[in-house]
Amino acid sequence: MLNRILDPIRGAWKEATDSQVWASIFRHGKPVSNRNRALVMMSNVFLHLHPVKSRKAGIKLRYTWCMGGITFFLFLVLTFTGLLLMFYYRPTVEYAYADIVDLQEHVPLGIMRELHRWGAHAMVITVWLHMLRVFMTGSYKPPREFNWAIGVVLLVLTLLLSFTGYLLPWDQLAIWAITVGSNMARATPLLGTEGPLSASLTLGDIALVNAGNDARFALLGAQSVGQPTLLRFYVLHCVGLPLGAAVLMAVHFWRVRKDGGISGPM
Amino acid sequence: MIGLFQDLVNWVSGPTVLFTVTTVGLLLAFRYTQVWSKRVAIWGFSVLAVLYVASMWNPDFLLIVAKPDNIPITGVIFLVLFFTWYAMYQGIENDRRRAAGEEIHEKKESDKVWVWPDLVYTEMLAMVLLSIVLLVWSILLAAPLEQPANPADSPNPSKAPWYFLGLQEMLVYFDPWLAGVVFPTLIIVGLIAIPYIDRNPKGNGYFTFRERKAEIVIFLYGFLILWCLLVISGTFLRGPNWNFFGPYEYWDVHRVEPLLNVNISDFFWVKLLGRPLPSGGLFAALLREWLGLLMVGAYLFVLPVVTSWPREKFPGFLRWLSLRKYYDRMGPTRFYIGVSLFLLMMSLPIKMYLRWAFNLKYIVAFPEIFFNI
Ligand code: HEM
Repeated sequence: MLNRILDPIRGAWKEATDSQVWASIFRHGKPVSNRNRALVMMSNVFLHLHPVKSRKAGIKLRYTWCMGGITFFLFLVLTFTGLLLMFYYRPTVEYAYADIVDLQEHVPLGIMRELHRWGAHAMVITVWLHMLRVFMTGSYKPPREFNWAIGVVLLVLTLLLSFTGYLLPWDQLAIWAITVGSNMARATPLLGTEGPLSASLTLGDIALVNAGNDARFALLGAQSVGQPTLLRFYVLHCVGLPLGAAVLMAVHFWRVRKDGGISGPM
Repeated sequence: MIGLFQDLVNWVSGPTVLFTVTTVGLLLAFRYTQVWSKRVAIWGFSVLAVLYVASMWNPDFLLIVAKPDNIPITGVIFLVLFFTWYAMYQGIENDRRRAAGEEIHEKKESDKVWVWPDLVYTEMLAMVLLSIVLLVWSILLAAPLEQPANPADSPNPSKAPWYFLGLQEMLVYFDPWLAGVVFPTLIIVGLIAIPYIDRNPKGNGYFTFRERKAEIVIFLYGFLILWCLLVISGTFLRGPNWNFFGPYEYWDVHRVEPLLNVNISDFFWVKLLGRPLPSGGLFAALLREWLGLLMVGAYLFVLPVVTSWPREKFPGFLRWLSLRKYYDRMGPTRFYIGVSLFLLMMSLPIKMYLRWAFNLKYIVAFPEIFFNI
């Protein structure tokens, strides 16, 4: 009975995998022989981030917790859902809030915003946990010092991505969180109006650092969180920071391979 | 009975008690490593989970914990605890094997395996599971959206995004130029510096505790207490006016807490000598702050040098101050940078305790140029 249902499916599957189309996409047989297991890893641009073989301990969940991989996957989810959000969202004080309401209430499958927001929270946590894992296994030790440094920059980029995204809904939560966060820039030594020593930067009796040109102004594009800030954060959030993160991730993965794969005891 | 328990929890969650209890607890756990066992973990997590769920019946607790944006913090509590335990558990297990002359776990599994299917399938499974979790989370819980932005109406409390609440908490103890600019920079620089300072060749590529005690204790103290704990308490325990509220307390906007903080200069000139603070001009300002400047200078510049001295140079009860062992191993450059970064990190808890014990506001205060420490 079961075979009556399964046989046609098996037949169709065989038909498909024997076809010219299949052969043009996957240039080798099924990964059941060792030769093909190697080929599948080498001939697929995504899979070839991996080596063909790896130390057993290094790919175990108990060792890596798959945390770096999960972080990367979350990044991909965020890129995808973020793209969909960009179809609807306009970064202006006039429209931003209404567009977010629309996204949740009128757009079909309206959980893109949820996926994006919860995914972002999750990514912050998984980056921390990934760092914890890397530290606790001593994986930052030679020869992986530099990849640890790249990782730290990725951590900062992840936090900044999250921070810039926080403003975009343009609700009370958003502007006040960014206001609190960016107020600190006012206190940058030398570069903020209320920072140590800034007042000593004068040309004659003109103060060089003022509320209209200090570090906080550079961040916000204005003296308080407003339209210029929204645009600035939008551009950073959707273009600048993801590009930077993507490039650094590529370097990060490349270095994992070049530093001898996942770390392990000598 | 429940009331008493809630009062107790509220009391324990107070900044002073909570910080002290968790620090002491962590240090004890490093001393008595048998607590990182499966039994303790299962019991600990069960008790915590039951308490957490039972607390939902308290309206004040529920109000804060169920805020959509605070859900991840619950995640932080349980995930960070779990993974810290898991790493320490494996480390101590490996240490035990080493001591018994057995092979450590990672070494036993040194043979190479095919990445397809061994790793690729794991990754695939992780992706599927994570997608399910995210979908369910997103369907069940709507993303928060408050009233449209209104620059004229600032909510109380105004909080930074949760992952920056550690920094916002620091603002209680330090001025913004330190809490918001210098310390974040130092955290980044310090993290990047770790592999270049720590030259201990052991413990590379496997879990262990015994072979890397100092590194692990310092890192976990920073990560768990100075970062995660401050994030958690900043989210759940800081209410209107950034006042502290226990988990079962109502966030009363009108609660006023007197701020009677005084500077070291006040202690010295006014309280000790009974004179007014010196005033007028740069010299007077320096004279006013001499004690604080001396303390900060000694802490940041003298202490690293002193700790590099051999043990014999110290009187008996101060011997523990000698870090000569590390100096010899690391060499002067790494030692001074490492110790300085460590001291800068410890300046946060030190300032916290000074505040709690003496209501100390500033050690050095030059409000004229916004230079307050
Ligand atoms: C966006 C953030 C990040 C992504 C997507 C990412 C991704 C990954 C992945 C996929 C791996 C392979 C092994 C694993 O999964 O554990 C890895 C390894 C590594 N990561 Fe990251 N990572 C990120 C952030 C960080 C951070 C914050 C650090 C440290 C501060 C770091 C340091 C390292 C190091 C040293 C390795 C090599 C570990 C080993 O060989 O055992 N990474 N990363």
